[in-house]
Order: sequence, then C-alpha cells, then structure tokens
Amino acid sequence: MSEADWPLFEVFIRSRSGLEHKHVGSVHAADARMAIEHARDVYTRRQEGVSLWVVRSADIVASDPEEADALFEPARDKVYRHPTFYAIPEEVKNL
Amino acid sequence: MNATAKSREASAELQQEAHWGYVLRLADTSLVLGQRLAEWIGHAPALEEELALANISLDLIGQARLLLTYAGELEGRGRDEDALAFLRDAPEFCNLALAEQPNGDFAHTIVRQWLIDAWQLEMYVALEHSSDTRLAAIAAKALRETRYHYRFSRGWLIRLGDGTAESHERMQRALDALWRFTAELFTPDQVDEHMSERGIAPSLPELAPRWSARVEEDVRMASLARPAAPPYPWHGKRGVHTEHLGHLLGEMQHLQRTYPGARW
Repeated sequence: MSEADWPLFEVFIRSRSGLEHKHVGSVHAADARMAIEHARDVYTRRQEGVSLWVVRSADIVASDPEEADALFEPARDKVYRHPTFYAIPEEVKNL
Repeated sequence: MNATAKSREASAELQQEAHWGYVLRLADTSLVLGQRLAEWIGHAPALEEELALANISLDLIGQARLLLTYAGELEGRGRDEDALAFLRDAPEFCNLALAEQPNGDFAHTIVRQWLIDAWQLEMYVALEHSSDTRLAAIAAKALRETRYHYRFSRGWLIRLGDGTAESHERMQRALDALWRFTAELFTPDQVDEHMSERGIAPSLPELAPRWSARVEEDVRMASLARPAAPPYPWHGKRGVHTEHLGHLLGEMQHLQRTYPGARW
C-alpha cells in the first residue's frame, strides 16, 4: 500500500468549544476513520483543537475560478449591504 | 542493634530496592520502545504514519522521563533521568525483551506495538490505583496516551491482518516471530510479588487473562492465528537481553558517551 493509493481528505478543526470548524489542510488516508487519526497526528500536535472533521476532497464541490467575475464582482458596488449605516445607541452593548 | 531490628532494616532495604527496580522496569520498556519507534523517522511508509509513530515515540519517551526521574529519586544515589538513560549498559536495563526487538517491516513494528500497548493498557489501568500516589499519577497520564497508541496499533493490526494476501502473511509472520517474547509480560518474579503485596503494583497473574482475552479478540478481528507455540520466558526485566538491545543503546547513548555532559 502506498500513499498514492490513498484518497485525499480535507481537515477541519474546531479550536475551542463554541467556535466553528476551520479548514487547516489535508491528509491522505485509506478511509475516514484513518483520516481522523491522521488529522489528529498531523494537525493537533500542539493542542490546536477539541474537535475534528474530515471530508473526502473529491466530495467538495467548488466554484469555478473562471466564473469568479460573474459570481463575485456584482457584490463589489453594493456597499449598502454592509451594516455600517446604522447609528448604534450608546446604551446598546454587544451588538 | 538486635537481630530483629537488623532483619527489619535488611527487609526495608530489600523493599526499597524492589520499589526502585520496579519503577525502572516500567521506565525502560517505555524508553526502549520509544527509541525503536524513533528509528522510523525518515523511513515510514507515509508522512502521516511517520508523524503518528513519532508522536507515540515522544509519548513513550515522556513516560520514561517521569519514571526514570522517580526511579532515580527512589534509588537515592543522585542519578537523574539522563544518567539512567544514557550511562547504563545493557545488563542494567530491565525493559521487556519484546520492546527491544528490531523494527523489521511495518508488520513487525505494528505487532510489537500492539502487544505492548495492550500490556501497558492493563498495567496503567491498574497502576492508576497504586498505593504509590506518584506512580498512580504517572500512570493516569500515561493511560490517556496508551489508549490512543492501542487504538492506532490495533487499527493497523486489523487492517493489515485482514488486508491483502501479502499483508496478511507478513502480519502472521510478525506475530509468530514476536509471540515467544510475550511470556515475560505476565510472569511475575520477586520484585513483582513484593510490589503487588504492598499494593504498589497489580498482580500480574490477575491481569494476564484480561490481556489474553483482548489479544484473542483482536487476532480474530484481524483474521490472524494466535501462535500455538508456547512462549519462551525471556528475562529482559532482570537484565537478560537479546543481542538487539546493545546495538540500540549504542546509537541512543553515543552522544552522551562520547561527549559526557553535552547539552543543547
């Protein structure tokens, strides 16, 4: 068995309870269980997390970089979508 | 001093020696196995496995450091962890002979690891309740690490044993080759008995069936055959070693022997 035969898995780590899982990298593994162990061994050596997700890279559907203009450019001139036009009353904290 | 007091003192001395000897045995098995696993660095079949083996190696060396430091204190002759690790010769090492067996192919490494992980698991579970609170604390820390080591080695045992024709054959060959060193795991000697009487250590004959049942179940899951040959009782813990330990120590101790006291 060589690493080349193993599919690629993307690794996501939740660094603390309450935070979201973040993509940190990828590992090769024969199956999902092994991928979790590899992710643990490769990416959590310095206490980086409290929870791991792995997902086969092949299962991720990605947007096409060629279409980036059509997908993302239209948002460029819609500054009003940022919630920066509201006056926040002094009394409101933790908004 | 009357005869009773003298014999009481002699017996206290014996107890003390058994105590430090016992802790040293645990330390040496972890140290030697950790050193063996470190030999895989730069040679493992995949980057992820290399890190896994190195992680386990570091866990084991960490256990050895705590245990060696404690053993040095029990001995009371001023030897610290480094003196015990780097300045003793093979006959003074008292690790299980199984731990010093060469890495061989990945199958040998995994079978050796799995047999010792299953042993350490039983030992640390029991030692967590040791009457020696320092040893109990070390065992509690080591147990968390060992649970993962066992999960790793058992996982590979089953994958490869129940894998291709070649992986199955290699695993069976490794199991057959290493099985003879397993008698030592649960054969008690005077030190073990002393420690068990004082509630410091578990009774080995009581642990043996638990280990045996675990091993039996894993071997079945891995589609392997438990070797029929009765294991030969090695005495690594009494300093009787195979020729492999000397070579391992030669490499491990080279720096401290050549440049005494070297630090970085």
